[in-house]
Amino acid sequence: MASIIAGVGSSHVPAIGAALDNGRTEEPYWKRVFSGFEKSKQWMAQTKPDVAIVVYNDHASAFSVEMIPTFALGCAAEFPPADEGWGPRPVPVLKGHPELAAHIAQSVILDEFDLTIVNKMEVDHGLTVPMNLLFGTPKEWPCRIIPLAVNVVVYPPPTGHRCYMLGKAIRKAVESYPEDLKVVIFGTGGLSHQISGPRAGLINSKWDKSFLDNLTKDPKKLTRIPHIEYMREAGAEGIEMVMWLIMRGALDDKVDEVYRFYTVPASNTAVGHIILENRRKAAAKNKRAPAGRSKQAAARKAAHRIASKGRR
Amino acid sequence: MARAQHDYDDIPGTFVFDAERSRQGYGINMFCMSLMKDENRKAFKANEAEYLKKFKLTPAQTDAILKRDYNRMLELGGNIYFAAKLGATDGHSFQHLAALMTGSSQQDYAAMMLAGGRSVEGNRSKAGKQRPAKAKAKPKPKSKSKSKPKPKPSAKRK
Repeated sequence: MASIIAGVGSSHVPAIGAALDNGRTEEPYWKRVFSGFEKSKQWMAQTKPDVAIVVYNDHASAFSVEMIPTFALGCAAEFPPADEGWGPRPVPVLKGHPELAAHIAQSVILDEFDLTIVNKMEVDHGLTVPMNLLFGTPKEWPCRIIPLAVNVVVYPPPTGHRCYMLGKAIRKAVESYPEDLKVVIFGTGGLSHQISGPRAGLINSKWDKSFLDNLTKDPKKLTRIPHIEYMREAGAEGIEMVMWLIMRGALDDKVDEVYRFYTVPASNTAVGHIILENRRKAAAKNKRAPAGRSKQAAARKAAHRIASKGRR
Repeated sequence: MARAQHDYDDIPGTFVFDAERSRQGYGINMFCMSLMKDENRKAFKANEAEYLKKFKLTPAQTDAILKRDYNRMLELGGNIYFAAKLGATDGHSFQHLAALMTGSSQQDYAAMMLAGGRSVEGNRSKAGKQRPAKAKAKPKPKSKSKSKPKPKPSAKRK
């Protein structure tokens, strides 16, 4: 059985990608940002997921205003990096997991999440920057990727609650996939930032910290935050943070926060990052025990039925 | 038809790219999208007004594009991720655009970001509300309730 073992939240600031691509990671400004992900790369190297489901948003690269799917799941065998105006980023083509992706699509649509299936898609910095931050700059990405593009560009994006519930549906889908696969899910974007209009440059660290705290401890509280509050408090583009709730919904109710990093700014944005692990051991034990009991109970019942039938 | 009013219209210095603006600004954004191709960038640069005739734009939208009035573009339905492609075509960094939109010099804008960005204090609401009336008090993270009692109308920083 496939299972989601951990969630990763990460900003996806395009300038981070540009700093990587132009060899500027050692400059003090950027070193401050990249050094915050050193431990995360070690964690990822030890965790060795088979598949990463990456929740992100497209920024006028794969989707223009001609078509605006709210949730679009990448079911292709591969996803090339998009040309965002400076040529495609020099990162490896991302290999998909079409079988698991198709399985997820089928499962969540029947669970009433009517997402769009995408069989051909280029992916922009929204996806490739978090990949670099967690996997570094390898020649080939060490795991398969399933992109889930969420519309957060045209208002309204899906509500935080909807995102959280989609996460739960994705988890259910993953856990009903027969092959043993270790899956990590990414929520990307944010944290507070506004890049448009006279209020551009807005950062709200207090709000961000509270968001991260609740992401670990009380995600249901976050699902009740209305869009107006994201935009007012965390900036018009800070509303991207709803995507983190898909990641969080796909995890256990109780998780261990194994790492957190926060810094201001990267370009126009507050950079936030968190790693949340499911309590694997506890979960496995809990799951096994009741399963055993219910199996025994079912066996007893069946035996009883047979016995009573025999008697009649 | 006048634009319908929304709760988010109360956020200062912000043009929310909603479904209505997306409809209204389709031409602006498709024009910006066309700049992803080098030959289109060249054609635009060779004769801007002529190139813009290929898109369904109102005179006000055309004017805003020609003047590089980004705030006006956003107000008339442009989206920042699309508009940024026009900035890139002009050879400008994103920070240049951000400074332009906020009415500050690029140095001042960069310095503000390095110092932690623009504060949300005084920048939450045009009407002076610290939060939308309808938002329930319960779900708010505690950190925000501290700022609640401040009734002072926002001084829109530019």
